[in-house]
Amino acid sequence: MQFTSYDPENFYDETFEGRGRPRPGCTLVMEKIAALTDGELKRRQQAAERVLLDMGVTFGVQGEGTSHEHIFPFDIVPRIVEAAVWERLERGLRQRVTALNCFLQDVYHDKKIIKDGIIPGDLVASSKGFLKACEGLNPPKGIWCHIAGIDLVRVADGTFHVLEDNMRCPSGVAYVLEARQVMKRTFPELFEASRVRPVDEYPGRLLDTLQCLTDRPDPTVVILTPGIYNSAYYEHSFLAQKMGVELVEGADLVAADGFVQMRTTRGLKRVDVIYRRVNDEFLDPLVFREESLLGVPGLMDAYRKGRVALANAPGTGVADDKAIYAYVEKFIRYYLGEEPVIPNVPTYLCSDEKDRAYVLDHLDQLVVKATNEAGGHGMLIGSQAGRREREEFAGRILADPRNYIAQPVLALSRVPTICGDHFEGRHVDLRPYILYGRDIHVMPGGLTRVALRKGSLVVNSCQGGGNKDTWVLSGRDKPC
Amino acid sequence: MLSRVANAIYWMNRYIERAENYARFIDVKLALTLDMPEGTAEQWDPLVRTTGDDAVFAERFGKPTKENVIRFLAADTDNPNSILSCLSAARQNARSVREIISSEMWEQVNRSYLTVTDAVSGGRFMQNPQGFFAEVKTASHLFGGITDATMSHGEGWHFARLGRLLERADKTSRILDVKYFILLPDVSDVGTPFDNIQWSALLKSASALEMYRKHYGRITPHQVVEFLILNPNFPRAIRYCLIKGEDSLHAISGSDGGTVQNLAERRLGRLRADLDYADIGEITAQGLHEFLDNFQAELNRVGDAIFETFFALRPVEGAMTKGDLQ
Repeated sequence: MQFTSYDPENFYDETFEGRGRPRPGCTLVMEKIAALTDGELKRRQQAAERVLLDMGVTFGVQGEGTSHEHIFPFDIVPRIVEAAVWERLERGLRQRVTALNCFLQDVYHDKKIIKDGIIPGDLVASSKGFLKACEGLNPPKGIWCHIAGIDLVRVADGTFHVLEDNMRCPSGVAYVLEARQVMKRTFPELFEASRVRPVDEYPGRLLDTLQCLTDRPDPTVVILTPGIYNSAYYEHSFLAQKMGVELVEGADLVAADGFVQMRTTRGLKRVDVIYRRVNDEFLDPLVFREESLLGVPGLMDAYRKGRVALANAPGTGVADDKAIYAYVEKFIRYYLGEEPVIPNVPTYLCSDEKDRAYVLDHLDQLVVKATNEAGGHGMLIGSQAGRREREEFAGRILADPRNYIAQPVLALSRVPTICGDHFEGRHVDLRPYILYGRDIHVMPGGLTRVALRKGSLVVNSCQGGGNKDTWVLSGRDKPC
Repeated sequence: MLSRVANAIYWMNRYIERAENYARFIDVKLALTLDMPEGTAEQWDPLVRTTGDDAVFAERFGKPTKENVIRFLAADTDNPNSILSCLSAARQNARSVREIISSEMWEQVNRSYLTVTDAVSGGRFMQNPQGFFAEVKTASHLFGGITDATMSHGEGWHFARLGRLLERADKTSRILDVKYFILLPDVSDVGTPFDNIQWSALLKSASALEMYRKHYGRITPHQVVEFLILNPNFPRAIRYCLIKGEDSLHAISGSDGGTVQNLAERRLGRLRADLDYADIGEITAQGLHEFLDNFQAELNRVGDAIFETFFALRPVEGAMTKGDLQ
C-alpha cells in the first residue's frame, strides 16, 4: 500500500508534514510499510488481530451466558513520537505529577493554596472526589498518586495539551504492553531498523514503586480487584501475573489486630502493600459507602496507622475533578515556581458567572463535560448536538453549575490508519503512564486511542475507538 | 495460596471431570441400548437416578425419554450439573484464577466451553451424541495433560489433582451403579452372553476394557467390580483415585505419610485404608449398591472436610466487621 496519495488535509498529521511527505523521524518506518504488498499488509493486520483474540486481550465482559468478550480494534500502523518531542513531554509530565502530588498533600493538610487565594475553598470542598475522611492522612513517603495516567491531545499547531488527569485508577496499560508484543511479531524488521524505546519494563517498575512504600523486608504486595465482572478485570489479572503478586478480592482480605491480612490455605498472611483497583468509596464500608461488598472493613484504620500502604492513596479523586483541572497550571506556578511545560486546554468553569454566560451563549461551539464523570459520559459536543439537546443541557448547567465545565472543540491530530485498501488520517489522543515511587518514571510510550470512524473525534472504545502502538524513538546519542 | 484461589482451582477441576463423566454415563447407556435384545423397553430413568438429580428432572421434564434425559444431562442450563453448566462454571473459575494457572490451561478451558456451547446451540449434541461425548472426553483429557505439563507441581497443582481425583472416584462409583440399576430387573440374565456385553460396555465407558483384559482376561462381574473399585494402578479405579488424592492432600498439608494434620486428611486416610483392606467377596456380599451408596456418602464427608479445612471463610478473631461502624 502506498502513501503517495495520502493527504493530511487541514489537520496536524503526526506522521506526514505534507501530501506523501513523511516527517523526518517517520520516513524509515513509512518506507518499510509502503514496501509491503497489499496482501502482505492485510495478512499482518489479520494475524495481529488473531493473536490479540487468542491471548484474550479483552474488555467489557458481560455475565455468564452472554459472555461476549471484545478485543480492542487494533491498527498496526504505529504512532511515532520523535525523541525531542517526547523529551519535552516527559519533563512536562513529571512537573505536572509533582505539582498535583503537592496539591493533594496540601489540600488534605494545611490548605495553604486555599488560604493564599489560588483556588476557592468551596470549589475543593464541593468536589465529589474530596474525601473528608482523608484529611490529615500521611501516606508513606508523602506520595499520593503512585500511578497516574494523563490524557494528552495534540492540536493544530502540533503542541500537546493536557485534556484530563487520572489520579485514581487509570487503566489501559495492559493494552499498551500487549500491543507492543503483537507489533514485535507483526513488524520484527521495523524494530530492528528503528530506535523504538522499550515499554516492557513497566511491570517491574510498577513492582518497585509498590515495594518502596514499605520498609518491611520482602514485602507482600497484592492487587485488589472488584472481581471478574469489572470491565478492567483482564488488566488486573495481567498485571498480577506479570508482577508475580496475588490478585485478591475484598473477601480475601481481613483487617484483624490492626493489620490487613489475606486468607490463605495455611491461615492468615499479612499484606504490606495494596495496589487497589477498587474506587475510593468502596474501599472500606466502615469509613466510606456502608453497603460496599468490594472493600475491607477496617482497611482505612490500618492505613492511617501506617500498617498497610495503598496505591493510589484514597482521596486522589479530587485531582481528577474537571473543575479542579482548570487550576493545575496555577498549582505548577504556586508549588514549583515554574511555568507549565504542557499547557491545559482553555477551560470555562460554569460555576464562574462570567464563564457561564459565555458558555450558555456559545453552546454550539463548545464541548461541555460533567466535572465528575469519565469515559465520555455526561458530555455534550455542541457542534454535533441538536437544538433540543443543547437547550436541555443549558438547563442542567443552570441547575448545577458547579458540575460543568466547557472547552473549545479541538482539532485533534491525526495518524495514518488502514481503511480498507488505502490509508486515511484518523484522530488520536495519548495516555502516558507515570509511576511515582523513589523517583518519577514516565513510561516511554502510552495508550494511543484512535477514532476509527471517519471524521470522528471520539476515541472511547465503546464508540468506535481502537488503539495503536505508540513508538517513542530514542535520541541518536542515547542507547536504544 | 489464597483460600479463594485454591477453591477455584479445586472446583474448576471437579467441574471438568464431572462433565467428562456425564459424557461417559450417557455414552455407556447409549452403547447398552444398541445391544439390547429386541422388544426390551428402553429405560432412561436409571441414568438420571444415578446422578441424584431425579427430582429436579421429573419436575422440569416429566417423561424420561432418551431425548429428555440427554438434554437434561448435557445441555440444560438450569441443571447445574449438566455438561454445559459444568464447563461454564469451570470457565468462570478459570477466569478468576487466570493469573495463577498457565495461559495454555486457560485457553483450553475457554476452547472446551466454546466447543460445547457451539454443539448445543447448533443441535449437534443431539444429532450425533456419540461424537459429541467423545469431544467432551477429549477436551477433559487435554486439560489434564496441559495442566500436568505447564503448571508447576506445587500447591495449586495438588488442589487441581485432588479435585479431579475425588470427582472421578465418585463418578466411577456411579458408573458401576448404572449397571446395578439396569441389571436389577433381570437377575436371571447374570452370566449370559448378553450380560457379558453389558459388562464390557461398562468397562469401555470407563476406558477400562483394554486394561482389564490385560489384567484378568475373561470378563466376570466379580472381577470387573474388583478392577474398578480396588485396582491401585488403573487411573479411573476408585482406590487409585484415593491413593493419589491422599498424596496430594499430604503435599498440601505439608505432612509426611505417617501423620495427620487435619480433618480432611483423617477422613480421606480412613476411607483409603478401608479400600486397602477390602475384599471383593465382602463387598458383593454386603450388596454392591449399598457399598457404593455408603462410599459416596463418605466421600462427600471428605469433600466437606476439605472445604472446612482450606476454603471456608471463617470469621477471624479480632477482625473488624461492619458492626464496628463508628
